[in-house]
Amino acid sequence: MRPATRRWAGAVAILASVVVFLVPFAFIVLQAGKDATDASRLTFTWPENPQFVQNFLDVLATRDYILIIAFINSTILTVASVAGMVVLGAMVAFVLQRRVTRWTGLINFLVLAGLIVPPAVVPTIWVLQGIGLFGTMPGLILVEVAFGLSFSILLFRAFISSIPREIDEAAIIDGAGPVRLFFRVVLPLLRSVVVTVIVVQSVAVFNDFVNPLYFLPGEQNATVQLTLFNFQSQFNTSFNLLFMNILLITIPPLVMYIFFNRQIVAGLTAGAVKG
Amino acid sequence: MASTTTGLPPTPASPPQTSRAPRRSRKGTPYPGWFYLPAAVVYLSIFIVPTIVSFYFSLTRWNFSSSEFIGLENFFQFFREPALVKGFTNTIIYAVVTSGLKVVLGMGLGVLLASQITGRAYLRSVVFFPVLVSTVGVGITFTALMNPSRGLINQVLELVGIAGPGWLTDPQLALLSVALVDVWKGVGLATVIYIAGIVSIPPEYTEAAAVDGASPWQQFRSITLPLSWPATSTVVTLSLIGGLRSFDLIWAMTRGGPGFTSDVIASVIYKQYQAGFYGLSTAGNVLLFIVVTAIVIPLTRWLAKKEVAM
Repeated sequence: MRPATRRWAGAVAILASVVVFLVPFAFIVLQAGKDATDASRLTFTWPENPQFVQNFLDVLATRDYILIIAFINSTILTVASVAGMVVLGAMVAFVLQRRVTRWTGLINFLVLAGLIVPPAVVPTIWVLQGIGLFGTMPGLILVEVAFGLSFSILLFRAFISSIPREIDEAAIIDGAGPVRLFFRVVLPLLRSVVVTVIVVQSVAVFNDFVNPLYFLPGEQNATVQLTLFNFQSQFNTSFNLLFMNILLITIPPLVMYIFFNRQIVAGLTAGAVKG
Repeated sequence: MASTTTGLPPTPASPPQTSRAPRRSRKGTPYPGWFYLPAAVVYLSIFIVPTIVSFYFSLTRWNFSSSEFIGLENFFQFFREPALVKGFTNTIIYAVVTSGLKVVLGMGLGVLLASQITGRAYLRSVVFFPVLVSTVGVGITFTALMNPSRGLINQVLELVGIAGPGWLTDPQLALLSVALVDVWKGVGLATVIYIAGIVSIPPEYTEAAAVDGASPWQQFRSITLPLSWPATSTVVTLSLIGGLRSFDLIWAMTRGGPGFTSDVIASVIYKQYQAGFYGLSTAGNVLLFIVVTAIVIPLTRWLAKKEVAM
């Protein structure tokens, strides 16, 4: 492209991106700063009586500080389930990549099935009730781990295939058993892909709406995505608080994106370029 | 495999060359099978077992305490009640529309943002960011923007003299409006996948074509399009799987309404579960399973074959 065309095309693209992608976000911010009547007009205008801080405090105080409880719940859920996906997923990927047995085909099949097959909702609730974990945080954590394992395993396996086996052999000669070999030698070498898995999966779990809706019902158990859903009916008259809530739960992914932009894109485009 | 074991302390019983990992005692291998165990317990009990038992429970009238076998009655009901049939066809329409648009727009944006355009870094971030935002948040925001009388979209259309439609209140339009928002949120992922695919094409090809006098369109048609096939294949597969299973955006924006005109299988599953029809809800799940596998598995086979052919 000639420099002139480049600049001209760039200007058009930037203008279009502002209209299509930035206006909706600006709308969220503007709505979050308005008073209730102003916000209910849904206009794309500067707040008549800006009350950003007041709305922030109000939304936190709604229903006995449910939003703060929800943020704590979401944090516990995200940290625990992502930790599970990383450790369990890396263990599976390690053995799956290193040792070929007659089970390898079946395991690969099951891993792929986890990406494609939609989870059977009501039977999962039935199983969770059977083991006494339905409606509990540990139950939801197990669900997130089970549904997120496949993607983690695939990312780990691709990376482990690039780690030379000679490293394993050296550790074994030095007397490391399987557990030491994995946790002290291999896992540290996986650092970059571990970061990718953590970032991608924590955004996914934090934003997950469907699984908490089904598997962790109840007001006091709400995760942040469910508060949005619960507030949606209650806040028909106070759009300002609803949008303040949206703004607050958009901040964690935004922070993740600012710091881990490269890892997120790398994790999500894995497999796009084959060969 | 043999290279794995050559470095091991040689076992006196067998010479190193023949002691392959699978044949040695379980204790000896540095890659023990029990590493699968924790993941297998979680995965089998929470994912595989429910999937298998869903086939049985879809044939029953079921509340958790008892189940009565009724054969294929739930499935007949699915294809008899207009509300449920609508959910079925909507699922297909939604998946096809969203993945089609994501391929076309994603490829266009991918070509644009893989080139030396001004403001490239900014454009890439801004197109990709919606992927990471809460789906429910996006749904609520666009529900407000698409409000028929007060929403920003129709206000702007009014300025240029067009009477905007009731995006989410018109039964003909509601599903497509949600699909458009889905594309808005998901096109960034398609774009970065295409960018990764396009930048991996050796620049010599387009350079040689340019020297031979190929127009930009010819270069795109004969080089970029075929050589970014792996990216197309990934985008199509991912967005079809996502589109067929889609629930949260539809639920946040229309709850399947007006009436049941924007219901999809996933929202029917939720509604029937809430109404206490667990057997019918599970039949919906089995149906979704069949639809997804019947579309995605032959499609990935075909895409892979075309890739090899090129």
